[in-house]
Amino acid sequence: MADESEALRKQILSARKNNQKLNIVGGGTKDFMGRTADSHAETLSLAEHTGIVEYHPVELIMTVRAGTRIADIEAALAEEGQCLHFEPPRFGDASTLGGTLACNLSGPARPWTGSVRDQVLGIRLLNGKGEHLRFGGQVMKNVAGYDVSRLQAGAMGTLGAITEISLKVMPLPASSMTLVQDMPMADVIRYMNQRAGESKPITGAAWVDGKVYLRLSGARSAVEATAEKWSGEVMEQGEAFWKQLQHMTHEFFQGDAPLWRFSVGSTAPNPELDGPMLIDWAGSQRWYRGEANMAKLESMAKPAGGQVSLFRGGDRSDEVMHYQPEALQNIQKRLKESFDPDGLFNPGRLYSWL
Amino acid sequence: MKTRPSISKAELAEKFRSFIDPDFVITDNETMKPYECDGMSMYCEMPMLVVLPETASQVQQVMRLCNEYRVPVVARGAGTGLSAGAMPHKEGVVLSLAKFNRILEVDPLARTARLQPGVRNLAISEEVAQHGLYYGPDPSSQIACTIGGNVAENSGGVHCLKYGLTVHNILSVEMITAEGDRVVVGNDALDGCGMDLLAVMTGSEGLLGIVTEVKVKLLPKPEVARVVMAGFDSVQKAGDAVGGIISAGIIPGGLEMMDGYAIVAADDFAQAGYPRDAKALLLCEVDGTVEEVQEHIEQAENLFRELGATSVKTSQSEEERALLWKGRKSAFPAVGRISPDYYCMDGTIPRRQLAHVLLEMEKMSEKFGLRVANVFHAGDGNLHPLILFDANVPGEFERTEAFGGSILNLCVEVGGCITGEHGVGVEKIRQMAVQFNDEELQQFHDLKVAFDPRGILNPGKGVPALKFCQEYRSLEYKQHDHDTVEVAHG
Repeated sequence: MADESEALRKQILSARKNNQKLNIVGGGTKDFMGRTADSHAETLSLAEHTGIVEYHPVELIMTVRAGTRIADIEAALAEEGQCLHFEPPRFGDASTLGGTLACNLSGPARPWTGSVRDQVLGIRLLNGKGEHLRFGGQVMKNVAGYDVSRLQAGAMGTLGAITEISLKVMPLPASSMTLVQDMPMADVIRYMNQRAGESKPITGAAWVDGKVYLRLSGARSAVEATAEKWSGEVMEQGEAFWKQLQHMTHEFFQGDAPLWRFSVGSTAPNPELDGPMLIDWAGSQRWYRGEANMAKLESMAKPAGGQVSLFRGGDRSDEVMHYQPEALQNIQKRLKESFDPDGLFNPGRLYSWL
Repeated sequence: MKTRPSISKAELAEKFRSFIDPDFVITDNETMKPYECDGMSMYCEMPMLVVLPETASQVQQVMRLCNEYRVPVVARGAGTGLSAGAMPHKEGVVLSLAKFNRILEVDPLARTARLQPGVRNLAISEEVAQHGLYYGPDPSSQIACTIGGNVAENSGGVHCLKYGLTVHNILSVEMITAEGDRVVVGNDALDGCGMDLLAVMTGSEGLLGIVTEVKVKLLPKPEVARVVMAGFDSVQKAGDAVGGIISAGIIPGGLEMMDGYAIVAADDFAQAGYPRDAKALLLCEVDGTVEEVQEHIEQAENLFRELGATSVKTSQSEEERALLWKGRKSAFPAVGRISPDYYCMDGTIPRRQLAHVLLEMEKMSEKFGLRVANVFHAGDGNLHPLILFDANVPGEFERTEAFGGSILNLCVEVGGCITGEHGVGVEKIRQMAVQFNDEELQQFHDLKVAFDPRGILNPGKGVPALKFCQEYRSLEYKQHDHDTVEVAHG
């Protein structure tokens, strides 16, 4: 529980003076993500910059320092019957909210509850000039100025060090139930999308190993009535399955084979690939395990209305994120320049050209 | 950034006419007149010329020429904006997207629609209703406002708390950059690699690019929706009741509050059966499955009674639900009937500050000698004070502006912000200096340069030049210090 922002600011100013690059690190549980970190860069650690700054349960808003662990945040929320309903993945106990936003990571409920990016209302950010800036706010609606807060989602720290985050929190669902049934992969995309198109309290739709899993959560009466109508068996320990997806502890994610993430249109046909696949987010997020060529997978992701990234493993010295057209590269390079004119933060971590 | 066009009006018009139907390159004052303002009609300016392209490649050519000759470009949808964001630049071009009015594709299974930017907000929901779907954000102007304008303003509506703003309900935009590149930001998926440029485009008020296509998410229509109306004898009690609903774990589809003034005006207008003696009225709509709505409506009714509601009534039919909403949705024109003019403000506050803010506003109302009615998106803290005035009384609009400015400053003071959904535009540009410091404002300017190196897109809106900020802050400080508002504002 400490405000380390002044020390962080000083470190940035000194790095700027000495032309020293900086790797921003929170809990260090996402080191495997992005391209290989610059080995000559110094660590800018947010791990001690922790604490809940403000929490008003009836406002559904919480403000925390970026180094605060997800586990601590969720514990505080649970005491008030609330949660982070974007279900942040944790790759270790030390996972922080700052890292979660920088990597834009959300769990299985994401299509229905929104992502971490969707819930962010405001941030404080240390830019490359060592200025401690505040954007957005601690209210649900705020359209004054550009949305710099959400711009950070997926930027992987290339624009600065996020120091504080205000976000929307939600009540814990009153009840939950998981339905499971056998279904071949060829049928599941259509099935999941049809279910997602019904006005029912669905908060999960995934497929793995020949089985489709649907989760219902909300008012007990609504969950039970829907389960009656829909096919599938009620799964004991259903919540444990969703936790395995959320934190990527499911067997599918084990082992060293490269893990690819397709973020595509929910109804796109499955890419024709040999090897294990796991479908989540009612078809919008599809995981693939296996050695593959980035360019080839990009050519599959594009007609599917989306992108591919090498999430974990494989060659991380080359690009691991989907190709960006030149005009968008230029905008992102200039944005980087505007926040971090000396290119201090996370050089080459997101793209080789950034 | 100041730009100085290096081309004459006649030369530019001639160039436009070489690739755009000459009837839609407008240069005469009479035909340009309707473009002099948007929904914020107190702020007017005549543009150099108005152009209405009909294809994205024509927009590209317009942008390339304007970028080359440093001509300011103000994009315009339906012109319903309430912050003068689409007010023309006198040396610039108004680029109307009115001809981009087609729904290009609806995919019922994927629950998406691909739209041209000039498609009206309500037309989307009307078109997809046959598939049991609708588009979430529903600003009050939804009959007229367009999806392109919704993207520019990050529009909300009465269902934001549960269904989010425009930024939560779009997948991608095709846009033409200031330099004339045609790019797609976002995709059919729920996220993409790299910085979230879609988020920064949304709500950027036409300062970063010209949107030529929008792909939106559609939602399944709830099985049922019902409204509980509760009257209270104080604003404080109504505010507590809102907190009570949230604490019970209910997220209403809509949760609206009106004060005494607004209740009577709206009821006169709509005959909605509102409790006219109440000091505050809550409309709490619960939507979802039949079972869920039943469960939550009962909870809400009980809660309101426990928390001191003087009247509680629940809609028993669709007609009744529509009538209860009619009052709220017509609150602006209703208030318009009891005053020659009204000025609609748009601050956002933490909900717990509501009673304090309304009390302070009452004091200001006395001080400025102007009446104020309040409608409030209670679920998300977005306050819409309507200041009643008469533009024909000399000095009254200036006093209204000063009153409005003081309300926005108060919003910032209590931890809120100067605009929840109407945008900054010209109208609130001075208050930006209250919400942000110089370093933050400079960062906004630098961000714009990344998209628009020559500063041709909607210059002078959204983010104030730093040299004006110091002056405004010191003026405001003086005002607070001496409590002599009228004097400080001259």
